[in-house]
Amino acid sequence: MSDRRSRAGRTRPRPRPPAALAKAATGIVGFDQVTDGGLPRGRTSLVCGGPGCGKTLFAMEFLVRGASELGEPGVFVAFEETREELIANVASIGFDLPALERQGLLAIDFIRLDRSQIEEAGAYDLEGLFVRIAHAVDSVGATRVVIDTLEALFASFDDEALLRSELRRLFHWLKERRLTAVVTGERGDGHLTRYGLEEYVSDCVILLDNRVENQVSTRRLQIVKYRGSAHGSNEYPFLIDAEGISVLPVTSLGLDYPVSSERVPTGVGPLDGMLDGGGYFRGSSVLISGTAGTGKSSLAALFVDASCRRKERALYFALEESSAQVCRNMRSIGLDLHAWEKRRLLEIHAARPTVYGLEMHLVAMHKKIEAFEPRAVVIDPISSLVTAGTPTEVKSMLVRLFDYLKTRQITCLVTALTHSPGLDESAVGISSLIDSWFQVRDIEIDGERTRGLYLVKSRGMGHSNQVREFVISSSGVDLVPVAIGPSGVLTGSARLNLEAEQRSRRLAREHDIARQERALARRKRALDAQIEALRAELATAEEDVQAGISEARDVDQRLLDAQARSAQSRSASRTAHRGGRA
Amino acid sequence: MSPARSTTGKRAATASAAVSAAATDATGATRSRRSGSREYLLRLYVAGETAKSVAAFANLKRICEEHLAGRYQIEVVDLLRNPALARGDQILALPAVVRQLPPPVKKIIGDFSNAERVLVGLDIRPLAARRGRR
Repeated sequence: MSDRRSRAGRTRPRPRPPAALAKAATGIVGFDQVTDGGLPRGRTSLVCGGPGCGKTLFAMEFLVRGASELGEPGVFVAFEETREELIANVASIGFDLPALERQGLLAIDFIRLDRSQIEEAGAYDLEGLFVRIAHAVDSVGATRVVIDTLEALFASFDDEALLRSELRRLFHWLKERRLTAVVTGERGDGHLTRYGLEEYVSDCVILLDNRVENQVSTRRLQIVKYRGSAHGSNEYPFLIDAEGISVLPVTSLGLDYPVSSERVPTGVGPLDGMLDGGGYFRGSSVLISGTAGTGKSSLAALFVDASCRRKERALYFALEESSAQVCRNMRSIGLDLHAWEKRRLLEIHAARPTVYGLEMHLVAMHKKIEAFEPRAVVIDPISSLVTAGTPTEVKSMLVRLFDYLKTRQITCLVTALTHSPGLDESAVGISSLIDSWFQVRDIEIDGERTRGLYLVKSRGMGHSNQVREFVISSSGVDLVPVAIGPSGVLTGSARLNLEAEQRSRRLAREHDIARQERALARRKRALDAQIEALRAELATAEEDVQAGISEARDVDQRLLDAQARSAQSRSASRTAHRGGRA
Repeated sequence: MSPARSTTGKRAATASAAVSAAATDATGATRSRRSGSREYLLRLYVAGETAKSVAAFANLKRICEEHLAGRYQIEVVDLLRNPALARGDQILALPAVVRQLPPPVKKIIGDFSNAERVLVGLDIRPLAARRGRR
């Protein structure tokens, strides 16, 4: 409620140049944006549409928001529902009419029309209606008036010509009193209203519509005419829920969103590796496509889990499974999503695609995103949206959703079920909107089915071109580099076989090397022993030679000694001889 | 209060003194004094003293005098003076007359120029017809 109020406050008409048409904000979410400020102030607007399209609620919300949020009291002139019925009907969307009445901000005047009680006897006019409206307006000082549904008058009075002139007078009177009025009218065949009320209202005509296509109903709002003001001319989907009407001005978005180069981890380490080592860009759109049972949801859940681990809120739109089922299934790969839900980091919204139309899905998602303000959004799977509309419509819806998410810098991961193993058409249809696209593929070899994952594209980053085998186990998901065998990519047991074979070959080689090394060692040891023996032999020989030499030297010495002794013994003579000579 | 008043108010004032008198009498005092004795209680709603109001009052009075002489009472409610009273009888078209008594409540709109419709609407059998049956 509070953010609504601030939004309504922002759209309050600012002072404009005198030439510009003054506007009265309705306070209806999105409507003031579409109309650039609201309904024309001091003039009458016609809100028309078929039964049950939300005319009365639109008119009532215009009054209630005006009275409670914008300080503009209002009068509700009801021809079809009594005051009590109106109070009860809008209590469900949180409007407390009796409280507003007590505060003097709202007056409800129910005018009962009972054809059978009234006899016409001569000329008359509708001055009584004027008096009543004037009285109600004066009682609360109203600046806003709703008349619902004026056409009920046509059933009560015979004189249509008189009625028409009185209506003309009424519209003129409303304008003269500068009342911002909303008049509702039932849609007729070939005309906007059954009795041609649009003929009297020249300023602003709003058409509400509740169409059923493929058994799915979608509410739409279109501004048929808005004199003196720029306005969107598209049909805008709108939603009626517990907070009133929300108009989604999705097509007003342009291609001018900010971009971030921040990376967001994917939740699978090797997958980050494939994406240039970082993960997805923040605010980018990611598509995971693949045939049934290839683990798309698991990848989505891992991304959500990783986001919650970083304390970033994530929103998971499950279009085929209930919230409890998603939690249970992801427990099998070791993820406790329910714990994140309890910590308010994760919200899982499960809704069948056919529960309402595409536009309504968009509006509903829009609202939930606004309310929860997540950093990551998952839609699983987008392919089932095709049951709620044609592929073209799905694409146009997703364009607007992605644009919106990008504007908000929310990373969005969507999954798509494809039926053929190649690049399926349904996925190609939106591939141009996608920044990073993974394809998960069945690979069947040797009577076994395995999953191969590869990156089709990833804008703005260098990425891996490799096909990885995608293995899901109770401990999570892993990416294994695939083996390249003689017959191409090998996965699963084929890869395991190849790996085993390679292992045994390597083992044999290792054994061989060890054996040769051992032989060498042995030979070295043998040779070493021989060297040792020879060295010993050499030593022996050396010793022998030395012994011989020293023996010989001894002998030689002894001989010398002997000679010396004998010479000594002869020395006298020799000395005498020698002395005689001296 | 209503745009009708400014355009037609003056014109009506001179048209009939009777309307003015009745219109001013339209508050409680005169009503309670007389209503008990009257068989027919008719409440005429008008918005200001317009030509239409004056004509309506004159026509209604004429018809009543003719068919209900002495048995009726007309209250005139000017919605410009008492706009809140319009809600009670669910008045939309003017002039309008509501037969308060005898029950059930009947409502006729118009200037009552078509006397026959007035008689049918108020469920009054013409005196002539009643005399004829007797």
